[in-house]
Formats: sequence, C-alpha cells, structure tokens
Amino acid sequence: MSFELETAANRENLRRVAIDPVSRVEGHGKVTLLLDEAGHIHEARLHIVEFRGFEAFIRGRPYWEVPVMVQRLCGICPVSHHLAAAKALDRVVGAVPVTATADKMRRLMHYGQILQSHALHFFHLSSPDLLFGFGSPAGQRNIVGVAQAHPDIARQGVLLRKFGQEVIRATAGKRIHGTAAVPGGINRHLTVADRELLAAEVEQMVAWSLGAVHMVRRLHEADAALYDHFGRFESGLLSLVREDGAMDLYDGHLRLRDADGRIVRDDVADQDYLSLITEEVRAWSYMKFPYVTALGPQAGWYKVGPLARVQNCDFIPSPLAEAERKAFADYSGGAIQHAPLAYHWARMIEMLHAAEVIREMLPDPDLVAGERMAEGVRAAEGVGIIEAPRGTLIHHYGVGDDDLVSMCNLIVSTTHNNQAMNQAVREVARTCLDGRELTEGLLNHIEVAIRAFDPCLSCATHALGKMPLLVELADSRGEVLDRIRRD
Amino acid sequence: MSGTFLLDGQPVPFEPGQTILEAARAAGRYIPHLCWHPDFPPHGSCKLCIVKVAGRHVSGCAMPAKEGWEVESDTPEMNGERRALLQMLFVEGNHFCPSCEKSGDCQLQALAYDLEMLTPRFDHFFPDRPVDASHPEVLLDFNRCIYCELCVRASRDKDGKSVFALTNRGIHKHLVVNAESGRLADTDFAADDMAANICPVGVILHKRVGFAVAIGERTYDRAPIHEVAMRPEAASDD
Repeated sequence: MSFELETAANRENLRRVAIDPVSRVEGHGKVTLLLDEAGHIHEARLHIVEFRGFEAFIRGRPYWEVPVMVQRLCGICPVSHHLAAAKALDRVVGAVPVTATADKMRRLMHYGQILQSHALHFFHLSSPDLLFGFGSPAGQRNIVGVAQAHPDIARQGVLLRKFGQEVIRATAGKRIHGTAAVPGGINRHLTVADRELLAAEVEQMVAWSLGAVHMVRRLHEADAALYDHFGRFESGLLSLVREDGAMDLYDGHLRLRDADGRIVRDDVADQDYLSLITEEVRAWSYMKFPYVTALGPQAGWYKVGPLARVQNCDFIPSPLAEAERKAFADYSGGAIQHAPLAYHWARMIEMLHAAEVIREMLPDPDLVAGERMAEGVRAAEGVGIIEAPRGTLIHHYGVGDDDLVSMCNLIVSTTHNNQAMNQAVREVARTCLDGRELTEGLLNHIEVAIRAFDPCLSCATHALGKMPLLVELADSRGEVLDRIRRD
Repeated sequence: MSGTFLLDGQPVPFEPGQTILEAARAAGRYIPHLCWHPDFPPHGSCKLCIVKVAGRHVSGCAMPAKEGWEVESDTPEMNGERRALLQMLFVEGNHFCPSCEKSGDCQLQALAYDLEMLTPRFDHFFPDRPVDASHPEVLLDFNRCIYCELCVRASRDKDGKSVFALTNRGIHKHLVVNAESGRLADTDFAADDMAANICPVGVILHKRVGFAVAIGERTYDRAPIHEVAMRPEAASDD
C-alpha cells in the first residue's frame, strides 16, 4: 500500500535532499526528498527519527504509577498524557464517574494546558512564518525576530503561555510533570490564593486570545490565495464531541466526518475506539499510520486537532469562541476547510475557548473543596481519550489481578495526523518545489506545512518490535552478499 | 564510663556504651544514615554515617564513643565520601525518582538532596530486577533495594517471621523472599508487619496508595532529612 510520492518507482540516479532536523516543532523529525536531474520530486517523506518505547516499558509496572510515568513522554503536553492515563485507569478502579471536584480540577488543568500549548505553538513556533513570510531571512524567523518587529505580539504570546502554565501549576502541583491526577480522582484542591491569582489575570487572557483569533483571520483574508490553498488536501475529520455535539476537549464520544462534512460515525464510546481505528505499520517510519478500519488504509485516514475539532463539533459552548467558529465557517461558505494553514485559525479559536472556560470555572466552589476520590467495581482494562492540544489522544491499559499493567496501547495525536502531514509535505513538494532550484526559503515551505499541524514527534513513537527491519550487506560493487529481515 | 568527645569541634556528652551516632543524636546533632534504626543494633552496611576519628574513617553507628576524641562529620571530606557512597547506591539499582511513588518520602533521595549529589558520576548497572506483585496488599519493587536489611531485621527480630533475606555475596547480593516459590504471597507476611513499614526507599510499598499524597506535600518536600530525622517522632520510624 503506497500513496503518490510516498515511494519512488526507481530510486537510482535520484538526488536526495534532507531537511534535518525539522525546526520549530516539538521532538525530532526529518523530511527526505528524492529528485531527478530536472528537479522533479519523486518521493517525499516525513520521518520520525526518535524512538521512545513507552508502550513496552510500562508493562509490568503498578497501575497507580502510570499517570505519572507516561507523562514523561513529553515536556510540552505532559498534562494530556497524565489525564488520558488517569481517565483510562478510572475505569480500572471503577471510579465512573469521578467526583465533581476531581472532574473539575482535571478539566481546569486540561484547559490550562490547551491555552499554554496553543500559545506556545502559535506565537513561538509558527508566527514568524506567518508574520515575515515563508521565505523570509532564516535569522529572523524565530520568537526573537517577532519580539523585535512586533513586541506587543511576542509579549502577549509569552504571557498567555505563562498564564496557562500557572493554571497547570495550581491544579497539577508543578508547571511540568505534575502528579495531581490519580486513578480514581485527584490528590489536591485548588487553593483560594491560586484562584485569586488566576482570576486577576483571566480577563486579559480572554482579550488577548480574541485578538489572536482576529490576527489570524486578517492574515487569511489578506492573502486568501495562499492561506486557502497552500498544502491543501482533503480528508476526514476525527475528534471527541460532547453528548450534545458541543466541543469538549476533556471528554465525550468519537465523531468522524468525511471530507465533505457529512457525519460518517457518531456516538462511538471511548471504550470502543478499537471498533473504529486500526494502526498500520510502514517499513520506513517509527510512527504508525492509523486509519478508520471500515474505510481501509487508502481512504480511511483523517485529520485530528484544532481544524478537525472546530469543524466536527456542532457548537462551541462559550460565547466568544462560538462567534469566531461561526465566522470561520462563514469564511468558506459553510464548506469544510481543509487548508493546513487554517489549523492556526482554528487553534486560536480553541485558545480563546480555553481562556473562556478557565474564566467560567474559576469561581466554582467544587475546585477548592469537596470529595476528591471515588471507587467502584474493579475492571481488567480501561480506555481514556482526551483531546490533547494536537488532537485525539488515546490511552488503553490492561491491568492484571496483581495490579500490574499487562497491556498498553497509546495512539497519540501526532500519530493520527501521520498520513495527513505526509500528504501536506507531498502537496507542498509538488506545487511549490517541483522543478525549481531548492533554496532554504523554499525548503522552509515544507516545514511551514508540517508546523501547521503542531506535531509533537517525541510523543508519537512507542511500539517495540513492530517495524520490519532489513539489513543488507553489500560489496564494493553494490552486490548484496547477505540479507537479514525481521518482520 | 561517661564522658565527652568533640564532634566537628563542639562537645558531645556520652553515656557508657553509646556509639558516636547515638550520642550525637541524643545531643541533637545529626549524622547521616540509612541502615541505622534506633530499634535495632548497629548494622554498618550503608556507611553513610562515616566519620573521621584520629585520621581513620569509621562507621559512626558502630563505633563506641570515647573520651576526648575529635570526630569529624559535617566536613567537605566526609560529605564527599558520603556523596560517593550515594552515587554508588544510585547506579547499583534502578532509581527512577520522576515516577517513583516514594519520591519525597524516600531517605535515599532525601540524603542525595541534602548532600547535594548532582550527578550519578558512575556508570549505571541497570540490573534486571522484576517486581513481586503477588501479595494482595504489598508490592515489592526490588529495583530500589539498597541492602540495608531493615526489612530482614524487622521481620526476623520484631515480627518473628523471617520473610526476607539477602542472598549471594558482593556484587551479586540481592534481596529475596523466604519462600520456596520466592513469592511474597506464599509467606505469612502482613501489611501491618513492622517489615512492611520500615523500608527507607521504595521497595516495600503498600499497594494502591501511589500518589495519593501530592508531590510537594511529602515528608522531605517540607523539610530536609537532617531536620526530619532529629524530630522525636522520627525515632521509631526513620
């Protein structure tokens, strides 16, 4: 099974160009292009070059250790892994539902995470491309360049992220790798002092987030030809939605829309994700390729993340973000927007929603008092799904009678977007690079397309012993003397 | 014969039969230790209580105090020795503090902080030590064992059960469960045994507790071990 430009028909006499590392993304990845003498592209691949293996080494560990250990997957969105694991293990300890205090503390933590991660991605990582141009001088394309040319924007970005980090500290105990969510609930309350600290700043965060949405919208309107078409491809959309169809980034059921916006599957309970998705392994990448089982690997891949979520939900349950969602839909006349750069617009709408949710939640008395833990009938396995900043995050654990983890499956947001990102890379390679002399600025176009998805490459590679390995021994004339293959 | 010795230049009185560590403790002076416990005779295995007396390095927990001695403990030289010992203990097992449920309540970690151990320094052994989760109430994570034998001594001398033992010698020494199957479930071990509640590190763990107490609110998060160990209530459980 292969897609156009995934594998060159004949690799001989092709020139290899590598973008290594892909910059201003989280984790380590590279892009390889194979070109002929005329500069035509025959192959374009996004490779994930690091290997983590958490699925393997969490096995045999006690289940109560899992939410703390697996979040070490990532330094950017550990909260997402922390909460997805805790949600999965709530099932194992029978804490369904958890207490109001636990649910609200975790939600507040999660929306703080969404806010800080979206701010980091947009302002620190992507805004230089959008503000200065994809081919602008490389030395300027960073947050320092933004701070020099647009000091107010850079300052807002830094302070928005800081606020999100403070929400995480107040709820999780630490800004990075907190330990508050435990199987069955939460181990702390929000202090009144922290609540007042956050409440004093939250109005400003809502205002700045609204400003950020409008800034991205203006960029789209000012150069629709670029923003609507750059790297564009069509695919289905997958995300959680709330029972009533509202956007909910912490909990809900899975919904799949096709590229035209029709709902294909709805009301898929988180515990039943395996009835929806299969993961495919390809020989050239450590990252798996998930697809909707019923549609097959060729047609069943999809997008996750802000662009999917904003268009998959029926409405956003906070007024300012809902108004911006409608404006987003009106921009394309109600048609599904598939342009990768529209991810930024959708991401800022979500950041605004997160700020509004935090503002609404802070006065809630359940955050500062109330029962923290619940328990019930023990189960042998559990699934936890959360909408992480980058998209749908699935944690699935089996736990034995001895309390040790017997099985672990993690499908991370960036893994869902694997095919989509490769597709964007190939579209940009085909439309922007093919037949042209490659410059740094031109190659950055490929990175711009990858960045739009906000990939977290360190999170995305876990499975041990799944990828075929082929080792060939060749002599000086290139003749293969020996070959070992492990499937 | 009672008398006085000098600990880092300060006089410390002692009673007949008291060791340097015991006399120092009674005088409110802390000497680091891991394997020493007030309920048991000196063990002298961890060597963290190393002090310098008359040019020689001795275990403060085992050496009887003597009149007129000048004992060096809280000095750069002795603390350097202790750091090296801690570094060896850390690389010998698998001590992964970031996801260890004992973090903040672990004496090995607390001493490493207190003595400003900043790096592992030696190559890690990465030993393969499977956990024993067979018991319904208690988990054994051998990865973190420092061979202090507190569980061995508590089970044998206080609980009257002899559930634990160290086997093999030297570099191959390790903690085992005294059952034909080697499984904790096949012993008469109970969660309220003294041996179940004495481990200074994260080997003997009550199941399903985990991170119920938040990191940041734990014993050694709140106060350094040189303060905690000197509290009166610490005498029976440190």
